[in-house]
Amino acid sequence: MRRPEPLEIFQPASIREASAIVKEKGPGGRFLAGGTDLVIAMKEKGLSPKYVVDLKRVPNLSGICEEADGSLTIGALTTMREVETSPAVCKRFPFLAQSAAEVGSIQIRNRATIGGNMANATPSADVAPALLALEAGVKIAGAAGERTLNLGEFFRGPGQTAMLPEEILTAIVIPAAHPNLVGEYIKFSPREMMDLAYVGVAVALVLDGKKRCDAARIALGAVSPTPMRAPKAEAVIEKQILTEELAQRAGDEAARECKPISDVRSSAEYRRAMVGAMTKRALLNAAERPGPVAWTERRERRY
Amino acid sequence: MTKKIQITLNGKKTSVEVQAHRLLLDLLRDEIGLTGTKEGCGTGDCGACTVLLNGKPVNSCLILSGELDGAEIVTIEGLKIGPELHPVQKAFIQDGGAQCGYCTPGMLMMSKALLEENPNPTEEDIRFALSGNLCRCTGYAKIVQAVQDAAVELRRMKTEG
Repeated sequence: MRRPEPLEIFQPASIREASAIVKEKGPGGRFLAGGTDLVIAMKEKGLSPKYVVDLKRVPNLSGICEEADGSLTIGALTTMREVETSPAVCKRFPFLAQSAAEVGSIQIRNRATIGGNMANATPSADVAPALLALEAGVKIAGAAGERTLNLGEFFRGPGQTAMLPEEILTAIVIPAAHPNLVGEYIKFSPREMMDLAYVGVAVALVLDGKKRCDAARIALGAVSPTPMRAPKAEAVIEKQILTEELAQRAGDEAARECKPISDVRSSAEYRRAMVGAMTKRALLNAAERPGPVAWTERRERRY
Repeated sequence: MTKKIQITLNGKKTSVEVQAHRLLLDLLRDEIGLTGTKEGCGTGDCGACTVLLNGKPVNSCLILSGELDGAEIVTIEGLKIGPELHPVQKAFIQDGGAQCGYCTPGMLMMSKALLEENPNPTEEDIRFALSGNLCRCTGYAKIVQAVQDAAVELRRMKTEG
């Protein structure tokens, strides 16, 4: 396996300092968080950044905080393993914790960060559909101060985001959620572990006691240039009683809305069919059996 | 770019001159001479290079030396407890958890980390924790058995103080 080329590494102690390094050194550098994408790109794809700015010494970029207004702030450098095991995330959004647990191995998740994963903008990123279904926002810091974007506006294409080169993703913000919100993330892949999603489907629903759907969010991964919401599928179920027949119709609509490609993992046709099936399954699972589930059950409930 | 860093390696404070782009795996094997840590896939899929970094299992093939100032690292060479093999090592030997042995250092480091977090894991917990450690020889049954036996022994040691 080839090795990274020589490079300069900086470990700034503040966002301002980090941005200033990029301004001064110019193009050709990369920010480093967990390194589980960046170092692999250096080894497999021959990426050779002139310099690397390691963000792990910047204080206050990691950790999960329940804010007074009910929102949840997840620092960009929070690891996937921290998201997976966070009591606050597991209690409020078990399907988000579950989506983080789908990423790589524990070794990878001890390094990989949620912010790095979003900034890398891979269409198949497992936590992206769950975050889109929760209508998460991202905080971005740069020379001109801080700005906030919806995650939906943040993704621009495979590996492309709305950030300028010197800007830094600092946090993911999940707005206060309805107390009755339930959700589900299904990663569809023929392997149980250690694979990328062929299709990822996240749903978040606000259901009343009669399974009437007051709000519905459906988001898809690995089936378009960016993780995407499926608004037409959402419209099928909003304000309706969630039945198997309705879930099927929403699945059919999501299958029409997605824009999959064929690649080494799957044909576009298969992905589209699986979006339909997994959307239906995710909606029914969220309504019937929300809450944290062991991986062995997660494996079964895809079908 | 070379850089002087301080690390605690297997309990000993050391100062090393590193090139920033060198992988932790190569630093350990080629510069420090600790060849117990293995390279398998080189891309974070197989777990053969697993070491503990600040107490947590990670893939040393994906870490740049330039990030490591102040880090605490434990490798397979630091697993022994005094002169004695660690209970996970003994259990792997006793149960036939190693065949060719190439994946074993990574398996042992991950198993140690698992048992520190969860002293009484189920078979499913063990399979989940070891999903990032590939073994092409054993079929995993004896590895899982070894981790279960090590868990029993570690709990016994703890109650006996």
